[in-house]
Amino acid sequence: MCLENFSSQVVERHNKPEVEVRSSKELLLSTVVISRNEKERVLIEGSINSLRISISVKQADEIEKILCHKFMRFMMMRAENFIVLRRKAVADYDISFLITNVHTEQMYKHKLVDFIIHFMEEIDKEISEMKLAVNSRARISAEEFLKQF
Amino acid sequence: MTEAHSFGVIPITCHAWNGDKTQLALSPNNHEVHIYKKTGSQWTLEHTLEEHTQRVTGIDWAVQSNRLVTCGADRNAYVWTFANGEWKPTLVILRINRAATCVKWSPLENKFAVGSGARLISVCYFEEENDWWVSKHIKKPIRSTVTCIDWHPNNILLAAGSSDFKTRVFSAYIKEVEAKPEATCWGKKMTFNNIMAEFSNGGGGWVHDVSFSSSGEKLLWVSHNSSISVVNAAVDIQEVHTSRTEFLPFVTCLWLTENSFVVAGNDCCPVVFSCDGTGNISFCAKLDDAKKVTNTKFTAMDHFRSMDKLGSSSEDNITKLGTTHQNTITQVSVYKGTKANCSVFTTTAVDGQLVNWDVKSLESSIAGLRIC
Repeated sequence: MCLENFSSQVVERHNKPEVEVRSSKELLLSTVVISRNEKERVLIEGSINSLRISISVKQADEIEKILCHKFMRFMMMRAENFIVLRRKAVADYDISFLITNVHTEQMYKHKLVDFIIHFMEEIDKEISEMKLAVNSRARISAEEFLKQF
Repeated sequence: MTEAHSFGVIPITCHAWNGDKTQLALSPNNHEVHIYKKTGSQWTLEHTLEEHTQRVTGIDWAVQSNRLVTCGADRNAYVWTFANGEWKPTLVILRINRAATCVKWSPLENKFAVGSGARLISVCYFEEENDWWVSKHIKKPIRSTVTCIDWHPNNILLAAGSSDFKTRVFSAYIKEVEAKPEATCWGKKMTFNNIMAEFSNGGGGWVHDVSFSSSGEKLLWVSHNSSISVVNAAVDIQEVHTSRTEFLPFVTCLWLTENSFVVAGNDCCPVVFSCDGTGNISFCAKLDDAKKVTNTKFTAMDHFRSMDKLGSSSEDNITKLGTTHQNTITQVSVYKGTKANCSVFTTTAVDGQLVNWDVKSLESSIAGLRIC
């Protein structure tokens, strides 16, 4: 997360995250994928002034898939409140963070790292909790429904 | 030992001292340049220079002629002269169409160089008959943004690092304003734009800063793969001595003496290295021993307050870093002495702090640190 302010060398008077515009090859770093298995993986793309971290969350079954999709959608619709969240996830991933030099100037870098790690730890927990809640709710409502017969 | 001054929380992108170190020019990460004067231990804002329309990227103060040069992301550079109690800007015709990234006066202060995102360096000099600053371009083999430049003490040679992973030494001899240069260890032929040397340290990442030693024989640069490289042209101009370090990438470097230098960057802590006659680099010491910040008095009240504020009890959740600077150091400059014998140097950082480091007292307090 060693970023600097870097004006575009392609477009006059512009200053864009190079990891997004991908205008010059030499300004991008090689990407890193850290994965536990096929489903759970993290993609880190670096560049001279920005960094993109994409997370793919474990989705074992249909319910988890739906929950994850809805939850990520909820967050990404409110992306500006999360500051480092990207509005749209990178293809094949569930959620993406875009960290630019502005963020590292305003915030502590080690705290940003802490935040991402904390997020990854929590997201699995959150989704399995939601799954349990959905299941138990479904069971209760089914029981209530079947009582009628 | 160290002396910290805070200029708020806004990043200091670049700074420059005047000749007698009583005034300081710095840019708070926007289009302004602030000139502070030190009175006692207080800094008072004397002037605000507002001529750029975008972020200022470089400032340099010509110490003998008391002129400032600034460059910015708006593709312009201005030379500021002080007359009748105020600073007057003069626009420089750079003829570049991308952001300027760095600027440096030559040692004799009759010209300066501006690096830019247009993949070229403008060497500017004053043309008497037209009464303006004109520029000549060094263009040829540069394939990406020029990130840093430094002048050789002979006023002719110019080192430039760029984001195409290369460091180059050019001749910036301008026949209109100066006499024919004498040969140096970097080569004989010194027509303008002649490339004297080109170095790469093996796919080493973007070059963040370059520096000539006071004799001009050694060239030092730091790049994004946390490496430090030195070339000693007096011994062998071809041989690049590179040291890969375990720190985060360094952003800035400065020679303290002929044989030792300080580098600083994303680790928020200046580190001293030394290099021997041939150019082999060895680690000396970190100047800021990162003490673990521990709260000695941690009361129940603090505990519940942090629970309330942060949502977690935070005995081990300390926000502040142990170093003096809390964010990336952006620039190192000489405060007392010269590049040949620096006794105090200054660092500025993204956390808005300016810190003066006294080399002599640091030397006595840190075991194993000898600067010669």
